[in-house]
Amino acid sequence: MKIEILKAIAAKDLLEVRQNKAAWVPMVIVPLIFVLLLPLGLILAPQLLNIPLDEFLADPDLEIFLANMPPSLMKTLEGLDAVQSAIVMGLGYLFAPMFLIFPLMFSTVIAAESFAGERERKTLEALLYTPATDGELFMGKVLAAFIPALLLTWGSFVGYAVVVNTAAWPLFGRIWFPLASWWPLMFWIAPALAVLGISATVLISIRNQTFMGAYQLSGSLVVLVLALVFGQIAGVLYLSVGIGLLVGLVVWLAAAGLTAAAVRSFRRSQLLSAAGG
Amino acid sequence: MESVIRVDNLCYRYGKHLAVDHLSFDAQPGDVLGLLGPNGAGKTTTVRLLNGLLEPASGQLRVLGMDPVTQGCDLRRHTGVLTETPALYERLTARQNLTFFGTMAGMDAADRESRITELLDFFDLSARAGDRVAVYSKGMKQRLALARALLHRPKILFLDEPTSGLDPEASQSVHDLIETVSSQNGQTVLLCTHNLIEAERLCDRLVILDRGKLLASGSLNELRNQYAPGLWVNLGFLNPLPAGDGALKEMAAFPGVLDIVPESDQTVALRVAEEAVIPALVVRLVAQGAALTSLVPRQVSLEDIYFHLRQGISTLQEEV
Repeated sequence: MKIEILKAIAAKDLLEVRQNKAAWVPMVIVPLIFVLLLPLGLILAPQLLNIPLDEFLADPDLEIFLANMPPSLMKTLEGLDAVQSAIVMGLGYLFAPMFLIFPLMFSTVIAAESFAGERERKTLEALLYTPATDGELFMGKVLAAFIPALLLTWGSFVGYAVVVNTAAWPLFGRIWFPLASWWPLMFWIAPALAVLGISATVLISIRNQTFMGAYQLSGSLVVLVLALVFGQIAGVLYLSVGIGLLVGLVVWLAAAGLTAAAVRSFRRSQLLSAAGG
Repeated sequence: MESVIRVDNLCYRYGKHLAVDHLSFDAQPGDVLGLLGPNGAGKTTTVRLLNGLLEPASGQLRVLGMDPVTQGCDLRRHTGVLTETPALYERLTARQNLTFFGTMAGMDAADRESRITELLDFFDLSARAGDRVAVYSKGMKQRLALARALLHRPKILFLDEPTSGLDPEASQSVHDLIETVSSQNGQTVLLCTHNLIEAERLCDRLVILDRGKLLASGSLNELRNQYAPGLWVNLGFLNPLPAGDGALKEMAAFPGVLDIVPESDQTVALRVAEEAVIPALVVRLVAQGAALTSLVPRQVSLEDIYFHLRQGISTLQEEV
């Protein structure tokens, strides 16, 4: 595989994404909500509006969450007052799996633009007439989606850490975030979800002729993240370090399977046959 | 001389539909080969097969001595393709488009940049090289797509409807370009077109397709000799020809007259076996008192041959 070719494809695809508002606007708005508005709201609103957070802790759903919490996670709440506990649980635990929407969303938006968008704009055939191998075309496009998806996810994570620690400084007087359970989320599950999202989008794009169609269909993968969110709220699945590593392994295996299928499908003859000749 | 393109008994299916049906032809270095036929004849599919984008169901293919199925990537370094639609990245500028495709073709940066500048100048696009292609006119997009096809100095150029949508001046410059690349640079050109006048003017050899099947192939003269030998002569008369078909029958019976087609009551088109028939016929007509006002000989055109062949197909289909 020639690095120059991979770089050229990835750079071209990103240049195109930058010019497509439908692709980059959600990639700006969603992180702004998750990284800035939600944590600030959760930390500052109770203080500004004088909402008693101990009532939040008495919520029946949260009681189940607390009752089933593994001791390793429980430890992090030791010595914290009601307000601090509410923040750690809300922003440190309950919110954690929501963050996994980022690698999925970023990767599927870019991949849909790159794979289905190319067909939608009828530029695919010219690309197929280049000397690049099928593998180079596939890998160049995967990198165009994977690297930015991961960098944006990690950038959002850093931004979130800064916002959370800064806003909660008057309450904690120390840097309390990130919790250990976030490391496998960010550096093990997030890359796996990005690969999963890209592979699913490639497979969808082979049949789906439009960027929006492919993006909407691959967006249904968010169900996976919601399952983790609700699993945790229901006290069924806690994203501790161990569970995080295990969940990541499962996602990686699924991603590997889908990637193998995507590689098999991403062949010139199949792409043109699917386009109707 | 070894053929640069050799196609032997080639078949390709889209599902159950046989898009290319036992097709055979070849092209020599420097040839301008015309691939003619209506929509759905299999022209674009053939170009895709020749470039290794599709795998044949059966048959043999060699392009520049390479097998497009197994050596497609190496082969595409030496072929340039103008697709049916310009297929340009409209959100990028003309220069960004050419830079991308030059990199994909493996050109080194210095050569690529000088070649891009040269082609932008040649196609009169330099002043707008920094504009996004989305704002280009149809003709400008077509010129840019041609520049892309020529960028890496391909040995074979595949042009799918290169003058489609171009104004007469732009079409003329494309025709000049095709003549230049084949005669001066020795590049082989495979031209897919519906435009029979364009094909007649530019092509050394022709391959006429219908529904994936070969109808005829050869140079225009070979096709003339094979399918419509002789010479057409249009005769004009001062007065309407006498009613009934007596006069026409008499002309048709004249030795060397192969065909007769009345075009109006004062004009007739005749096909004669050779030029020498014409003066003898004129002498006879004048002796019989015919007031001949014009005599215009014309070669059998590609259009005549094409429609003659297509008519054969239609008749066959009607019979079936």
